[in-house]
Amino acid sequence: MSAVAEERGARAPWALTAPALMLFVGVLLIPLAMTVMLSFHDWGQYKGIEPVFILKNWKEIATDPYYAEMFWRTFRIAILTTLLTAVLGAPEAYILNRMSGRWKSFFLLVILGPLLISVVARTLGWALLFGGNNGLVNKLLMSFGAIRSPIPFMFTETGMVVALAHVMMPFMVLSVWAALQRLDPQIENAAMSLGAGPVTIIRRIIMPQIMPGVLSGAIIVFSLSASAFATPAIIGGRRLKVAATLAYDEFLNTLNWPLGAAVATLLLVALVLIVVGSNALIERRYAEVFR
Amino acid sequence: MRRNGPLALIFHTIFVVVMVAPILVVCLVAFTPEGFLSLPTNGFSLRWFRTIAQYPEFIHAFWVSLGLGALSSFMALLFAVPAALAIARYRFRGRDALAALFLSPLMIPHVVLGIAFLRFFTSAGLGGSFAALIIAHVIIVFPFALRLTLAAATGMDRTVEMAAVSLGADGWTLFRRVTLPLILPGVISGWALAFIQSFDDLTMTVFLAAPGTETLPVRMFLYIQDNIDPLVTSVSACVIAVTMTALILLDRFYGLDRVLAGKGDTGR
Repeated sequence: MSAVAEERGARAPWALTAPALMLFVGVLLIPLAMTVMLSFHDWGQYKGIEPVFILKNWKEIATDPYYAEMFWRTFRIAILTTLLTAVLGAPEAYILNRMSGRWKSFFLLVILGPLLISVVARTLGWALLFGGNNGLVNKLLMSFGAIRSPIPFMFTETGMVVALAHVMMPFMVLSVWAALQRLDPQIENAAMSLGAGPVTIIRRIIMPQIMPGVLSGAIIVFSLSASAFATPAIIGGRRLKVAATLAYDEFLNTLNWPLGAAVATLLLVALVLIVVGSNALIERRYAEVFR
Repeated sequence: MRRNGPLALIFHTIFVVVMVAPILVVCLVAFTPEGFLSLPTNGFSLRWFRTIAQYPEFIHAFWVSLGLGALSSFMALLFAVPAALAIARYRFRGRDALAALFLSPLMIPHVVLGIAFLRFFTSAGLGGSFAALIIAHVIIVFPFALRLTLAAATGMDRTVEMAAVSLGADGWTLFRRVTLPLILPGVISGWALAFIQSFDDLTMTVFLAAPGTETLPVRMFLYIQDNIDPLVTSVSACVIAVTMTALILLDRFYGLDRVLAGKGDTGR
């Protein structure tokens, strides 16, 4: 490798990327293709996996209302989580951005740091706070007489949405924060000098400009929530299944791998379509912002 | 720019408290002197940290996680550094497609990756092995290693390299004595961020781990499925401590804001 190697022809970049490329083809693309294949195989309690090409698993997912309900629950939870992070995360990013230097970087760290802390530990925290009679918040509120019975949290969709929103919040704050960095504070001052009140400024000046940030944050939060495993598994338990926990059960408990592979393939395809589609929409709608 | 009003500051306070509370509560409960889940109101105790010693599977899982994180991040860098140099320096056909492929593990749900790797390694006869875990983790941490190395390689001053070449340095010497030291902060931060991702991963690893190769998150997850007691909080507190150490390392070498800001645009 040489500093002036650009002229040395097209071989050098390929030589440098070849090891990584081979790794990705061999250990990422081939396994993914095998998973899609697997979803067309047959499976029986005693015969195991049979490498034939049938549509049995896909038919089962398409016809059995259990799967429709499970996917609808998965996406419902993801949508509510996304809304919750947007409604709370966007104002918080705006407030953060208006703080003075030292506080700004301190609170940014406090809010973004959890991104790197184990999801198991973070979800465990919610279980400790609200988990049935032993939940610390429940105990506290009951000792004050504020509530009679524990707040239903564990094994509820509300609990899953709240805990997931907590896990995903940093992504939304980060995304809106990035949009705010591109915003010229003088525009706000100009609006004020022309007599706009704070509500008008937020509605007419700030909102339109941070909307691309909110939307791209929403895409990240949505796709991560729809495929989340740890939080739904710990909060939702075995009763409230989402796509990821169902696929896990099919693979490691029922051992019906082809059906689990079909669920996973469907989740992947649905997410790719939603993410690519909404990305295209956002970029067309806000073309001037991304230029 | 205008200042935050009292309403905004109240909102901010509640927001921060709610963000921190679940993590803080885990760390606090870990120090409880009681035999059940409670806040340490009657003084702090390390009994639940000592209890960990009676559970060899947790200690074994900790070493598995540590080794797996360190090794897979290092191996990811062996692949990522040359790839980053190529992508940063050359304009060649297929460059964008390659970059997209290398970052794709960020976009593919980890549950799908877990299933794909389980299928692949089982048919390759490596099911449940440590080797399989390492290869799988190299793939999932690769984007993080690549991104930070890429940022360092893109921002590098190339005139130093030209000076070295003009003084007669050959390819390997140039890389070892000039290029690598210049991009080293990016490489080390890439390693640290990759390590954290590997150390914390549950969703993909839970499909691949077998008894003996269970990582700490997997062990904790399986334990929580059965019951929640102060033991998991003390183990969680240890996990948080390891992550914090890596975070401090990252902050020293690179600046956390840059690392996190880079991580946010995974969706674009």
